[in-house]
Amino acid sequence: MKSGGNLEAVLNAGEFAITGELGPPRGTSIEAVREKAAHLKGMVDAVNITDNQTAVVRMASWATSLIVIEEGLEPNYQMVCRDRNRLAMQADILGASALGIRNILCLSGDHQQFGDHPRSKGVFDIDSIQLVNMVKNMRDEGKFLGGDDIDGPPKLFIGAAANPFGEPFEWRVHRLAKKLAAGADFVQTQCIYNMKKFRQWIDEANDMGLTEKIHILAGVTPFKSIGMARYMKNNVPGMDVPEDMIKRLKGAGKGKVATEGIKIACEQIEEFKEMKGVAGVHLMAIEWEHRVPQIVEQAKMLPRPVITPGSGEA
Amino acid sequence: MIVAEQKPIEEIMKMLHGFTKVLNLGCGGCTSICLAGGQKEVDTLSHDLRQKYADTGAAIEIGEHTIERQCNADFFFHLDDLVKEYQAVISMACGAGVQFVADRYPALPIFPALNTTFVGVDLDVGWYEENCRTCGDCVLGDTAGICPVTRCAKSLFNGPCGGTRLNGSCEVDKELPCAWYEIHQRLKSQDRLELITKVRPAREWVNQTRRTVIQAPYRDRYQK
Ligand code: SF4
Repeated sequence: MKSGGNLEAVLNAGEFAITGELGPPRGTSIEAVREKAAHLKGMVDAVNITDNQTAVVRMASWATSLIVIEEGLEPNYQMVCRDRNRLAMQADILGASALGIRNILCLSGDHQQFGDHPRSKGVFDIDSIQLVNMVKNMRDEGKFLGGDDIDGPPKLFIGAAANPFGEPFEWRVHRLAKKLAAGADFVQTQCIYNMKKFRQWIDEANDMGLTEKIHILAGVTPFKSIGMARYMKNNVPGMDVPEDMIKRLKGAGKGKVATEGIKIACEQIEEFKEMKGVAGVHLMAIEWEHRVPQIVEQAKMLPRPVITPGSGEA
Repeated sequence: MIVAEQKPIEEIMKMLHGFTKVLNLGCGGCTSICLAGGQKEVDTLSHDLRQKYADTGAAIEIGEHTIERQCNADFFFHLDDLVKEYQAVISMACGAGVQFVADRYPALPIFPALNTTFVGVDLDVGWYEENCRTCGDCVLGDTAGICPVTRCAKSLFNGPCGGTRLNGSCEVDKELPCAWYEIHQRLKSQDRLELITKVRPAREWVNQTRRTVIQAPYRDRYQK
């Protein structure tokens, strides 16, 4: 095992994995983290801890990850290239691994212009693919990016993001290939609504032999309301929400949209379970953590597998 | 060319506070070409300043002079005597010119009239666009002549981020083309996509300390 973590064990065992998401608080409340974590415990194999998501300052991702570990959940520590240079990143990676964090998700990060400090200086010393590669070399070669040896290399399962819908569409599978070549063990995709386009992307990835070498977790975000669906369609760059989806939500009738949203998400999950090349789902129930147990139950993903260490997986 | 823009006149007046005799010094180089700091702009700014001072009832005497370039000592000789008559200098050059003037006359307060904006090109008269961040390690040969350091909002080196919009614009602005979308399109049309399918390793930034260039034929002359 590369990391000794649960997510890696579940994926290596060939189980259909599920990861969740938890946004750290905009303050020092450990309680707020514990409360969100309580909803996710036993429901997901690992939980992404966002890193200054949407370029808004929040409790540090590594710190929130440590709280989540105390709560019996495995964190997927997100790190963006926007806020740190290579020195700070490597320092945080060492600390994270030393304190028991087993997964890292390497991201470019939303541009600072969107956040609460729009005139801050974006770092972008290295990009997300270079970050993947840096972590890989730290782990497997025991080397810092600068070339020196690491005294006790970090053990991390390396993740990256993929947006199958961003333009240019034909490039997207090549970007996945690049992330694999750089050293990513798994990817989590952008929220998927356009199933047809996603199938096309995963088919290409299958054809190129990528899905045998990298675990792909399909991104799922249930719609809470028609407003949310419209917002994502019109305002979130790189998001592809087909009009059909919105029609279906509208058809659900007053007071039933959220239920319909969850129903759609569960149907998607059922489809992903059968889809060649998809190793699991990444459920992003943003500020909807308390509905996660219901969704995971309804998607027939319970109970979550418990892989005992040394049970045969390499 | 280096492109600059005039600072708000209030900001210039704030810097000039307490001085009663200043020289407004134009530059015939880049800032003249981009219509920000040449002879004509020296005229206009001096006129506006006199007007503003008159409005507030304060007294100021503004001399006007433009030299060919504020970034080369050869153009300064007749200026050396002229500046002695003034308490301070307003420079309408880029940041490099302002500093060159300040270094030449260290006893004299120097004030920038412009904000130096970028290295760019003319799109049309009075319309400029940034194209180079002078990073010192050019990758344009691999990126279809489109600079990812300057034109990608995140200075990415390995292709577009997840935010590229469906119309090929950047996540930060619907009106701004995504550099990597353009790089992809152009390399595809040239059938050279293999240039960007390999992982480009983390770059060694060479612009983190002040740089000097001594060209090869002159090494003997300047290097000890
Ligand atoms: S959308 Fe394109 S230009 Fe904008 S940050 Fe992403 S890759 Fe760079």
